[in-house]
Amino acid sequence: MLKTFAKGGVHPSENKLSAAEPINDLPIPPVITIPLGMHLGVAAKPIVQKGDEVKTGQLIAQGNGLVSANIHSSVSGKVLKIDKALDASGYKHDSVIIQVDGDEWLETIDLSKEISDTCTLSSKDIIQKINDAGIVGLGGATFPSHVKLSVPRGKKAKYLIINGVECEPYLTSDHALMLSKGEELLTGISILSRALRAEKTLIGIEDNKPDAIENLRKIAGKYNDISVHALKVKYPQGGEKQLIKALINREVPSGGLPVDVGTVVFNVGTAFAVYEAVQKNKPLFERIVTVTGKSLSKPSNFRVRIGTPVKDLIEAAGGLPEDTGKIINGGPMMGKAISAMDISVVKGTSGILILNKNESRRKPSEPCIRCSKCISVCPMGLEPYLLMTLSEKSLHERLERDKVMDCNECGSCSYICPSNRPLLDYIRLGKSNVGKIIRMRKK
Amino acid sequence: MNKLITVAPSPHIHSGLSVQKLMYGVIIAMIPALLVSIAFYGIGAIAVTLISIVSCVSFEFLIQKFILNSQVRISDGSAIVTGMLLAFNLPSNLPWWIILIGAMVSIGIGKMTFGGLGNNPFNPALVGRVFLLLSFPVQMTSYPVPKGVSTPYISNIEGFTGPTPLGILKEGLKNGTPVSDVMKELPSYLDLFIGKLGGSLGEIAGAALVIGMIFMLLRKIITWHIPVSIILSVYVFTGILHLAQPSQYADPLFHIITGGLLLGAIFMATDYVTSPMTPAGMIIYGVGIGIITVLIRVFGAYPEGVSFAILIMNGFVPLINRYIKPVRFGEEVSNG
Amino acid sequence: MNTVILYTILSLSGLGATAAIVLFFVAQKFRVKEDPRIDEVEEALPSANCGGCGFPGCRNFAEACVKSDDFEGLYCPVGGNETMRSVAKILGRDAVEQDPRVAVLRCNGSCDVRPQTTYYDGTATCVIASALYGGDTDCQYGCLGFGDCVEVCNFDALAMDLTTGLPVVNDVNCTACGACVKACPKDLFELRKRAKKDRKIYVACRNEDKGGIAKKSCEVACIGCSKCFKVCPFEAITMENNLAFIDADKCKLCRKCVPECPTNSILEIGFPPRKEKVEVATEEKKVKDPNGTVSEEIIKNKEE
Repeated sequence: MLKTFAKGGVHPSENKLSAAEPINDLPIPPVITIPLGMHLGVAAKPIVQKGDEVKTGQLIAQGNGLVSANIHSSVSGKVLKIDKALDASGYKHDSVIIQVDGDEWLETIDLSKEISDTCTLSSKDIIQKINDAGIVGLGGATFPSHVKLSVPRGKKAKYLIINGVECEPYLTSDHALMLSKGEELLTGISILSRALRAEKTLIGIEDNKPDAIENLRKIAGKYNDISVHALKVKYPQGGEKQLIKALINREVPSGGLPVDVGTVVFNVGTAFAVYEAVQKNKPLFERIVTVTGKSLSKPSNFRVRIGTPVKDLIEAAGGLPEDTGKIINGGPMMGKAISAMDISVVKGTSGILILNKNESRRKPSEPCIRCSKCISVCPMGLEPYLLMTLSEKSLHERLERDKVMDCNECGSCSYICPSNRPLLDYIRLGKSNVGKIIRMRKK
Repeated sequence: MNKLITVAPSPHIHSGLSVQKLMYGVIIAMIPALLVSIAFYGIGAIAVTLISIVSCVSFEFLIQKFILNSQVRISDGSAIVTGMLLAFNLPSNLPWWIILIGAMVSIGIGKMTFGGLGNNPFNPALVGRVFLLLSFPVQMTSYPVPKGVSTPYISNIEGFTGPTPLGILKEGLKNGTPVSDVMKELPSYLDLFIGKLGGSLGEIAGAALVIGMIFMLLRKIITWHIPVSIILSVYVFTGILHLAQPSQYADPLFHIITGGLLLGAIFMATDYVTSPMTPAGMIIYGVGIGIITVLIRVFGAYPEGVSFAILIMNGFVPLINRYIKPVRFGEEVSNG
Repeated sequence: MNTVILYTILSLSGLGATAAIVLFFVAQKFRVKEDPRIDEVEEALPSANCGGCGFPGCRNFAEACVKSDDFEGLYCPVGGNETMRSVAKILGRDAVEQDPRVAVLRCNGSCDVRPQTTYYDGTATCVIASALYGGDTDCQYGCLGFGDCVEVCNFDALAMDLTTGLPVVNDVNCTACGACVKACPKDLFELRKRAKKDRKIYVACRNEDKGGIAKKSCEVACIGCSKCFKVCPFEAITMENNLAFIDADKCKLCRKCVPECPTNSILEIGFPPRKEKVEVATEEKKVKDPNGTVSEEIIKNKEE
């Protein structure tokens, strides 16, 4: 019996179209737009000005406050302007726009191809390096990694969990990474483990990627505290709380963090970025992005500079298909539909998914027949049908009592609902309203 | 407008599950029982079923179109399910106009007055059935003799109509006959299980109903909680009574395979709209139905009590939904 | 038979009497003493329970009025000065008066001037759409048109105009309770001072983009050119974030700014037509409202 999480979950068709594709480098575009707020928390403060020359890997914006992250230029060239530009959030935000002029890397970055797998730095130094490199969670949540690594006093991260689940249908960027960069990945993981002083490291990978499991198992043999675990394919196993439950059978309490049960979770992409940052001094300015979709002629995995417009990626994957209905930044379950093609790739972009017209429209919502399927698929043990009604009626106290804040917005409820009800739309609304009330109460 | 790209909140894909699919799944699950019924009751079974389905669907159509002036949703299949369930609860020789009244009460009073599918507190088919049972007690309890059944228990009593085994038991106990003696007059349990007993259309063939249940469980249309908890609680409760006084109380197996218990547990109590939402709630609801059924059967005036039990528990569903919450993630902290 | 009926009647009456006596004493014992003036004040209020005053209902507002010494921060926008005067009279204090106000929509980006660039397929409410993205046009500041404001209006003062895709305020019904201001996720409603004959001049735009971008996304967007700012003799116009704003308290309704605006984003409503003037877009529009009330009001305004 393969391990998985206990409660709820769905199994959408996997559609991993680009699973066999190698990682190709995407050419650098003539102009890149780097949003300053592409991580969770406060937007970074720009430290360059219009007209400044920057090099690849140069710091262009500094983390602002406790939860924030540094941002580096992903190309060399001249800063055109710092202006508002549309980003994946659907709104215009401050961004640094750079006219590309070649690709001259900062001297400090180690350009050698050899894999260096020894790290003797102290925990503090590692965290500092990760902070400097502007690394955030690359699974999509974009939480600054140095904050996660700084375990609060009195708590201990006994387990380091590495998320190689990639439970979102279509996406294959983590899969491609695990296949081609296994050595580097494992080094990155051991560095993270060292920084956390974790006792055990568990890598969770869903069973639909047997080649990745095999590859990492082979390499992990070298480390005696790292083990690779195959997991049953079930969405949303890539959710932090679900993954912890699946691997070590512990439940993060409501409102708590993984560290409350002695764990810290990192995505494989993040671990790779940590390797590059610590061993090669390379800040986070590129990432692996899957470009996929049933109508796309060449679904692929690309290594992309942060700030590259989405349309370049689509062009490289065979161009925008005729019947495009929706362009999604991320996977089909939790990704965000984008409204324009000139939005740039950011640190949290794990994939660009193109759905065709037939797939992209919702069916009309019908009355709830109280089939309770939403309850049975909810991985958090919530009652989506009830939360939706309460949110529609703005009954915020009851929403809070019924744990709306526990919702991880995985979308399983809307996915399964036979009446096509927009459950998550309303739950998200309720969540944001209750969140506001809670914040006001704290003040 | 078609050229524009679509923007919508996640999730962007859907399972493809629909109300229709679920309803037609239930209808398919009812077909084995219908076939058995046709085999035993012949043309009467077909006629009653068809009249019931057609009238339920037409009433729903008429009410939605002309009274509520709302969108017509008869294609969702829920009216067909109600019609079929109503037919399953009727004797196969019921006059057509009584069926029509039943369908009108089911759809009109049981369902549409509350706002249609999803809002009715009581199972519409049962509302219709109980209405008919109370209004036309004679017609509703005079069951025709199933074909190919000529056990002495039928020839004993008034030629054409065959009472249900539960009716015979009740009658026998009233006259002071011990259970074991009554049982002698009844066919074997195996015969009862495959449908050789008097009763309404759908309830006679326990085996066919169980096939339907397995189909629905496999297709994930229903979960095991409600049927299993009803059957188990009836088994346990009647078992205790039987052990305490075998001459007064029939054994548990008899209670399960006779009457409408399997029909009720598998098809009526599992109705989505009128059953609780959480697994724990479903079990409470099921146990409630089981206990009330046995109370009515053993101590009440009616020989059969499944319909009443389900309706009574339907009334408790909002309360159960309000107070029985699913186990939240992170609640059962198993951090050892 | 008769005895049965007799006993039934007697026992039930007895039961009833006992319950009544018990209830009477319990009510006496547990009576909450309240200032009787609260009831009086509540009586004087419009009992719309709209929440416009910031309290959940009229009774809460009445309690606050009775407790307060100087009506600090207490005002019933629905009842207006008249109601506040009668409340003050009950409590024997001086009334605090405010200028009557009316809601205006600071967006005029109707469907024909603001091209749609995406198709929104989520739940059709403004809050959900605005949480997702800027909207189905290139203007991320403008009206989304799903009518959350119409939904919350308790006074039938808002209706969706189906041709423009924008809500229309009915000046007569509007009580300036502020429900629409709170409901609009784009913060497009402003409560402005009511002028004579409900005349008003305001910048019907909140677009903070630079001129070129704003103009591209919407023909009637304020492009921040400052022409109106320069021409205003009363310093009623301020420029901020590429956007002009007319302060209703300072504006003397001289109409000088209106013809200056190159994008016609300043609206004048309720004025007699001027000579050789292009008619302002909104006045031409006929409102489709099932009750017909809104369209009537607008015609009436024009006649005045």
